Amino acid sequence: MNVSKDLVAASATPLVLGILAEGESYGYAILKRVAELSSGELRWTDGMLYPLLHRLERLGHIEAHWRSSDTGRRRKYYRITARGLEALQAQRLQWEVVEGALKGVWRSVVIAPDRLRLPREAT
Amino acid sequence: MAEAPRDLEAQFGQWRTYLRHRQAIRGTDVEELEGHLRDQVAALQDLGLDDDEAFLVAVKRLGSLDALSREFAREHSDRLWKQLVLAPGQVDAGKAERTDVGVVVALALSAAALLKLPHLFGFATFGPEVIDSFYARNLSLFVFPVLAGYFAWKRGLDRAGWGWLAGAFASSAAVVNLLPFTDFGNTEVLAVLHLPIAAWLVVGFAYVGGRWRSGRRRMDFVRFSGELFIYYVLMALGGGVLMVFTALMFAAIGLSAEDLVQFWILPCGAMGAVIVGAWLVEAKQSVVENMAPVLTRVFTPLFAILLLVFLATMLWTGSGLDVERELLIGFDLLLVLVLGLLLYAISARDPDAPPDAFDLTQLVLVASALLVDALALAAIASRISDFGFSPNKVAALGENLILLVNLGWSAVLYFRFLRGRSPYSALERWQTAYLPVYGIWALLVVVGFGPIFDFS
Repeated sequence: MNVSKDLVAASATPLVLGILAEGESYGYAILKRVAELSSGELRWTDGMLYPLLHRLERLGHIEAHWRSSDTGRRRKYYRITARGLEALQAQRLQWEVVEGALKGVWRSVVIAPDRLRLPREAT
Repeated sequence: MAEAPRDLEAQFGQWRTYLRHRQAIRGTDVEELEGHLRDQVAALQDLGLDDDEAFLVAVKRLGSLDALSREFAREHSDRLWKQLVLAPGQVDAGKAERTDVGVVVALALSAAALLKLPHLFGFATFGPEVIDSFYARNLSLFVFPVLAGYFAWKRGLDRAGWGWLAGAFASSAAVVNLLPFTDFGNTEVLAVLHLPIAAWLVVGFAYVGGRWRSGRRRMDFVRFSGELFIYYVLMALGGGVLMVFTALMFAAIGLSAEDLVQFWILPCGAMGAVIVGAWLVEAKQSVVENMAPVLTRVFTPLFAILLLVFLATMLWTGSGLDVERELLIGFDLLLVLVLGLLLYAISARDPDAPPDAFDLTQLVLVASALLVDALALAAIASRISDFGFSPNKVAALGENLILLVNLGWSAVLYFRFLRGRSPYSALERWQTAYLPVYGIWALLVVVGFGPIFDFS
């Protein structure tokens, strides 16, 4: 399944903030965690994570520092700030509204399989 | 991770070099992305892919480098020109630059011609005996509209934007020429000094392509202003040398070139250089981009020391501020300069970098300027209470208050930043949000002071 670009973009910020709220991390590990959380369904273009991280850093939601990893290479680690936690909380409330509304819709609407095929036959 | 084989290492090397050529992606970004690539390659190798396969897949997953550069350019210090450079269709860059040079030369010439026209048609004097106050009043209205037009054209401003520009310049011209100012009276001199500030912000409107609400676009304009200033000073130095030689050489064959220099080369050059300088800032960006932050770093500590020594001397000798008109203007200029240094340092700084010693110097500069400003303000206030209001004193008072508010809050924000309690971008936002205040005040002085003080 391909999650649409808009949805990926909209969910990126709360996902990254949430993952960093679990503990400090670095780019590659964040992406691995995203894949893990979505059972591999949510695929980002890997590179795009980095501009996002820099934007969050500029906004003061996260802070970064370079540290040598166990392999000896330098790695840039990110950590969520108090301001970032506030932002995450705000995002969470918004998403819960969306989730709640969607759940209501899923419960009340049942789409019969034969209705799905109709438009295709019409064309 | 085990030591990567030599082939793979060579591929990383090539990839790194390729990425470094992209101006939007900085050295540390490249390092971070390379770290990612290496992790990804190692993970893929564990899945059984060979070196080449793993490298190809990892690079592919990173996504298109064009898209990535664009994202970074948008994120990092957000320089308008980098986005422009990255825009597709740069194959015709050479041709576009030639058209640009043509347009710039034509505009520079027309700015110079605009300046000379009123004189050539006998409308105002610009000669050895006298220069009409007409020229003083309209100085910024000869070249700024041309410059604004250039940017409006470059940025593809919409029709409404062009309308605003035309309206702003036309109404400025109407105000300064139709109000019954006394020739070189106080209110006229103030109008002459303040109109360029308001007009410069109108140029800013064109520079940001009409998107004046965007804080980052405003910061681009601040950066542009500082860089244009540097280019302009450099060109003025070169022009000075040119004029000295003109005079010298013609003197050698017994002719006086004084009039030629004074009434043609100097004024026309001064106008044309604004346009050419603006173009240079855009076209030869990387030159001045490297120079300006260095200058800021050299002069910030020096001015901080000057202000501190000045304050200490005042305390030591116990002498108060003398508020003669020239001195007041001098102090205002000093504070404007401090603000300029601050603004430029802010615009050129990497907002993600942690606080360092330079930031501390900057805070010292701001704090000492704040003290000097408060002293000047007290001196003006006491002078006003002794002798009553005059246009000059009210103008000085207003400017000092505006600067005091700006510097005061900047100091607070800087302090918070140094303590790690607020991000650097808060300071950026404060400065860009404050820009219209200067314009509104300048407009008030130009339009309001004449009627209020009876055009004295």
